[in-house]
Amino acid sequence: MHATDLFFLLVGLTVLAFYMGRGKASQIAQGLGGIRNLHSLPSYYGHYTALYCGFPALLLLCAWSIFEGPVIIGMVMDSLPSDLRPSGSVEYKLLANKISNISLGILPTINQPDALITAAETLQRYSQLSRWSMTALVSSIALLGLMWARSMIVAELRARQRVETAVRYALFACACVAIFTTLGIVLSVLFESLQFFKSVPVADFIFGLEWSPQMAIRADQVGSSGSFGAVPLFVGTLLVSVVAMFVAVPIGLMSAIYLAEYAHKSVRAYAKPALEILAGIPTVVYGFFAALTVAPFLRNVGESYGLSVSSESALAAGLVMGVMIIPFISSLADDVITAVPQAMRDGSLAMGATHSETVRRVVIPAALPGIVAGIMLAISRAIGETMIVVMASGLAANMTFNPLDSVTTVTVQIVTLLTGDQEFDSAKTLAAFALGLMLFLITLILNIIALQVVKRFREQYE
Amino acid sequence: MNTSTTLGVGTLPMSATQDVSGAGPVNIELTATQATVGSAQIPNAKMTVRNVNIFYGEKQAIYDVNVDIGKNQVIAMIGPSGCGKSTFLRSLNRMNDTIDSCRVEGDIRIDDENLYSPKLDVVELRARVGMVFQKPNPFPKSIYDNVAYGPKIHGLADTRVDLDEMVERSLRKAGLWDEVKDRLFQAGTGLSGGQQQRLCIARAIAVSPEVILMDEPCSALDPIATARIEELIEELSQNFTIAIVTHSMQQAARVSQRTAYFHLGRLIEVNPTEQVFTNPEHSLTESYITGRFG
Ligand SMILES: Nc1ncnc2c1ncn2[C@@H]1O[C@H](COP(=O)(O)OP(=O)(O)OP(=O)(O)O)[C@@H](O)[C@H]1O
Ligand SMILES: [Mg+2]
Repeated sequence: MHATDLFFLLVGLTVLAFYMGRGKASQIAQGLGGIRNLHSLPSYYGHYTALYCGFPALLLLCAWSIFEGPVIIGMVMDSLPSDLRPSGSVEYKLLANKISNISLGILPTINQPDALITAAETLQRYSQLSRWSMTALVSSIALLGLMWARSMIVAELRARQRVETAVRYALFACACVAIFTTLGIVLSVLFESLQFFKSVPVADFIFGLEWSPQMAIRADQVGSSGSFGAVPLFVGTLLVSVVAMFVAVPIGLMSAIYLAEYAHKSVRAYAKPALEILAGIPTVVYGFFAALTVAPFLRNVGESYGLSVSSESALAAGLVMGVMIIPFISSLADDVITAVPQAMRDGSLAMGATHSETVRRVVIPAALPGIVAGIMLAISRAIGETMIVVMASGLAANMTFNPLDSVTTVTVQIVTLLTGDQEFDSAKTLAAFALGLMLFLITLILNIIALQVVKRFREQYE
Repeated sequence: MNTSTTLGVGTLPMSATQDVSGAGPVNIELTATQATVGSAQIPNAKMTVRNVNIFYGEKQAIYDVNVDIGKNQVIAMIGPSGCGKSTFLRSLNRMNDTIDSCRVEGDIRIDDENLYSPKLDVVELRARVGMVFQKPNPFPKSIYDNVAYGPKIHGLADTRVDLDEMVERSLRKAGLWDEVKDRLFQAGTGLSGGQQQRLCIARAIAVSPEVILMDEPCSALDPIATARIEELIEELSQNFTIAIVTHSMQQAARVSQRTAYFHLGRLIEVNPTEQVFTNPEHSLTESYITGRFG
């Protein structure tokens, strides 16, 4: 049986086990004169039985599926005549692929050495054998677990505690998966970055003022070594984000205050979802809106005032990005503002404060931790945003604080470094990982600051 | 005295009035006429309330209340839980405006100015009629800022020294100063429940309102703090008008000059406090103060 089929069989068995366990517990309870004579509710006995039936079998199934392939291939390789044995790990992989392709019928058998054909047959035989034994083993373990757990059920069995413990471990395992995934990503980025820092010194990367990652393929070409100073990129990111926040924070906050404090219920019912639609617009759409509408408009306006605005500018990208971020801030801020207890407003109003005084002096300070958290989230969003900037702010790594110039950001550079053909061990490609690492560190620091800020306010206000 | 008789006899629980001590069958004529017994109207009133009905949506919470609140006097409002004391009190500084479903009908005046006339400035009204709520609700600010809140928004203090002095005076009056003088700049929300309530009292008196409405101000306080607040009420009543809701008969007896008894949204009796507690005019009042229900 195939592993997926076996999995579904296992699920079925587990469900069956639940009902059998619960049934037996109910039966015992009836004999004793009511459920209250059991240690736990009958369904706990059901879960208990299901756990013993499903968990060990599932574990075995997973392990088998993971190790089956490599073990069988290893055995097949060992059976090859010595002249065909692969010499290195790359050849090993190639040969293994070839054999399995032959056995699957993807590669025609004609023109293949006999030894390989035999190997393919062996592979097929082993696979079949493995599948049979897996089916037999897994299902018998499941059945054994079921029988054993069911036979263990007596009135005194502390099934509730057992199940609770199992639940705790299961939750712990899930948390571990999340943590290890993050850790894995960070480590891989870190590792690749270290590769990069072998060819470009860290200080040059972090403090370098020039960014031109074009590396010549041949050493004798002009400009053969690129320069990897990341400062212009971070300045560009900062510039665009700042512009975006200048748009998003006031508008988002004000609209949240309006919605939460002033808007009539019926207005709110329509206005809030309408605002949230902004968050649903794909960033690509924002991007071409920025590039095709806002940027030319800014250019025209700038020209009429005698300013030179480049056709792709940080301002255009920032403005549009700000609009995109508005719903993040307004929605979150609206939630925390409405969560401020009415008693607080009453207290202020009863002192003879006006509505706006109440909002300004009592409601907003009370909601501040949530508002700050929302803003921090929005900043992270702005820093990580790519599409709008690619389209509207250009690719030139200008080192400038003038929002009318075209700039480029970290994310945009990562995209340009990794699109198109590239070798995976050139400094140019690896630079993307280093940039990613920096970006990650910056967002991490921002989040830590945000948490700290929120905690400070919490301590003060609770 | 108002004598509208729109309500049926059955609307008041007769069972409560029937088993009153050996005085024989209880007089039922009052439930029929619906008039408040006693002296609800007095000369020299700070606020007057006439024919006031209050509704929460369709549900009526206050029925046709007529009463005067005497200048520089303390009036206590007592009655069983849910009878509408808080609702009535909140109508006296229009705090019911903040509840969407709440509707107030009738005529309420302060110094002969109609509270609900369009000319009246609610903000100014609330500065004149302060309120201490049933549940303490300090702002999420420091203790100092809590008390300084009112003086600041009304521009009562010109200098920092003035403000400091106002804060200290108010906290002293509320009997909180000694406990908080070393931590004026810590969060007011970090105080204990009883301290928070005294902070709210200090906050309310900091703006020296003409009328102070207190909704069970001592329900979270220990006897010592309660005594302090009662002292404060007595002291304030020399210059201010006070309406206090309380569940403590002793407290009503100690601090008030007049007592109003509410029952199921109706004002049953208003009389001088001494009379209410020694010789109540209405049988429902008597049942309540002798602990027969409520
Ligand atoms: N916001 C509201 N919406 C709807 N009904 C309300 C509201 N507030 C109070 N009520 C109702 O009005 C009636 C009077 O309530 P109120 O709070 O005035 O009673 P109370 O006399 O202050 O009681 P307590 O002594 O328990 O504080 C009650 O029946 C209550 O259910
Ligand atoms: Mg109340």
